[in-house]
Amino acid sequence: MKATSGQQRDFWPAMGFLLPNLLGFLVFTAGPVLFSLAIAFTNWDLQRTMPFRWIGLRNFTELFADQQFWLYALNTVYLMLGMPVAIAGSLLLAILLSQNLRGIVVYRTLFYLPTFTSGVALMILWKALYNPDFGPINAIINAISGWLHRKLGVGVVEAPVWLLSTKNLFGLAMLLAFAVGLFGAYKVLRLAMGRWALLVVAAAAALLLWHWRCTAGLDVERVGLSREQWGLGARDAIIIMGIWIAIGGSNMLLYLAALSNVPQELYEAAQIDGAGRWATFCNVTWPQLAPTTFFIVVMSFIGGLQGGFEQARVMTYGGPAGTTTTLVYYIYTKAFEEFQIGYASAVSWVLFVIIFAVTLLNWKFGAKELSY
Amino acid sequence: MLMANVVDKPLTFRAWWYRTGRFGASHAVLALLAATMLVPFLWMVLASFKPLVEVEQLNPFPTRWQPHNYPKVFEQIPFARYYFNSLFVAAWVTFLQCLTSSMAAYAFARLRWRGRDHVFRLYLATLMIPGVVTMIPNYTLMVKLGLLDSYAGLIVPAAFSAFGTFLLRQFMLTIPPSLDEAAAIDGASHWQIFWDVILPLARPGLITLAIFTFLGNYGSFFWPLILIKSEHLRTLPIGMLYFDTMYGRQTNLIMAASVMNIIPLIILFIVSQKFIVKGIQLGAVKG
Repeated sequence: MKATSGQQRDFWPAMGFLLPNLLGFLVFTAGPVLFSLAIAFTNWDLQRTMPFRWIGLRNFTELFADQQFWLYALNTVYLMLGMPVAIAGSLLLAILLSQNLRGIVVYRTLFYLPTFTSGVALMILWKALYNPDFGPINAIINAISGWLHRKLGVGVVEAPVWLLSTKNLFGLAMLLAFAVGLFGAYKVLRLAMGRWALLVVAAAAALLLWHWRCTAGLDVERVGLSREQWGLGARDAIIIMGIWIAIGGSNMLLYLAALSNVPQELYEAAQIDGAGRWATFCNVTWPQLAPTTFFIVVMSFIGGLQGGFEQARVMTYGGPAGTTTTLVYYIYTKAFEEFQIGYASAVSWVLFVIIFAVTLLNWKFGAKELSY
Repeated sequence: MLMANVVDKPLTFRAWWYRTGRFGASHAVLALLAATMLVPFLWMVLASFKPLVEVEQLNPFPTRWQPHNYPKVFEQIPFARYYFNSLFVAAWVTFLQCLTSSMAAYAFARLRWRGRDHVFRLYLATLMIPGVVTMIPNYTLMVKLGLLDSYAGLIVPAAFSAFGTFLLRQFMLTIPPSLDEAAAIDGASHWQIFWDVILPLARPGLITLAIFTFLGNYGSFFWPLILIKSEHLRTLPIGMLYFDTMYGRQTNLIMAASVMNIIPLIILFIVSQKFIVKGIQLGAVKG
């Protein structure tokens, strides 16, 4: 509706109510975003070792040739591999809790506890739990393995050193993540451009692989593609902790609410048709939960891409060998430890653009696929 | 089985499973998972009462309970000061954010003005911006304003929230418009309508926002980490971080500090569970 003079009479009062928030919004959000974009094109250094200059795109070209940047981008993706496990776990918990069992509130409270108390204190707790020499996790592993050795003569298992190790669980998980990412990109692009999508994705894959060969050279020691790197390491430790924190958290509560909104008639109809539990889940529950799942996945992506800062700062300092440094922690070290404000702003804008693109694609195509 | 007496037909496994067994199985799975959630917390509490040598041992309970680990934390670091700083900053941010957000939400939900929806969409769009993008310019702004290493630097930038505005707007849209129309006919000013009519009705939304804002700022890490240099201005997370860095081998004391750190959260959670669950279902996700 077009604004009429009658609808305009609220203009000045509205400005009055809006003013405090709008002022803060302009000073601390809108202004800084634009300012940050501007300084991404400068060599600004808080320690002023060099005279301030506009350097155009040089920060960005430097970034794409920066081996560390690519490793940290990979780390960020690797740490997001726990996401599907956590989401599936949340769904399972929600289904179990939605059966009108006794004591649901108690369970819900216990499951939500890690999310609610998450923060530095929990990271410090897990750092102690993971301690390879004194921590209870390895003490338990060693006790069990020692007992098996005495009783059954099984060889002693060497307990992982967790946060001190560059190993990773599957070794090839990186490649797996890469393949999954490409497949996802293909699925999305196919909706937009049909069969050309395959060509584009193949070209992107070739470009990326070529780029890695030239710059990072698939640094085996850090990325962990060799057989010696298979095992549990720092990144997996952080993933396990992340699943523990998130599994009974907000996602579970969202699923719980969504489950209570599934019309009961659908279940009755499925029962009449003689559908088993698995068939009922696949054909009734899962489609009905699709909007919730979609929301959770989008939010997890946004959160995951900017995640890993507290873990890196509190538990590992981004190590060993940079394997737990995520993009946000990289920005932090560049901006607030090395004071290269310009370069850090450039990295933060690349992160912003990635998040923006992922969200946009998710909304545009995910929402379309959902509406059946 | 006693249950079998009630039914005529012999109780098949399938029927038993449907009636009793699957609930038992669900309880078993849930209890196992609940234990997984709880064990790290239990270890933390028990470790906080142990002498240092026993922390490394597997026995779950301390042979010698050592409650004086707790006062010892206060001797080694100004823990009470950290507590106060965290509560002080979080309380101020919560108060200011609720005030500015509810005022803006009133303008977006209850008043009509040109460009309203455009401005609101702009607000929504900024929710996607990663915090780290605005962090760097805001830091330089604090340097310029001389607010580095001060309470004001911790409080003021956090006092405005697009998310809070969004949440409260959604809440206020559900309040019937006839209420403020009636008040307007009675000659109430905009401020009176806002303060006496809308705010009381939006109370559940306000409480939800207050809880999440308090929670987020009590545990806030990145911003205080870069902003605060002096020891007496450190908030709990920063104090904990440096305590862990300096006295990392005194696991029992670190755990005592951790327990004290999360106790207010657990109390808050138990008191406000109803609002939290509802708030999350409204889309308020702890970040």
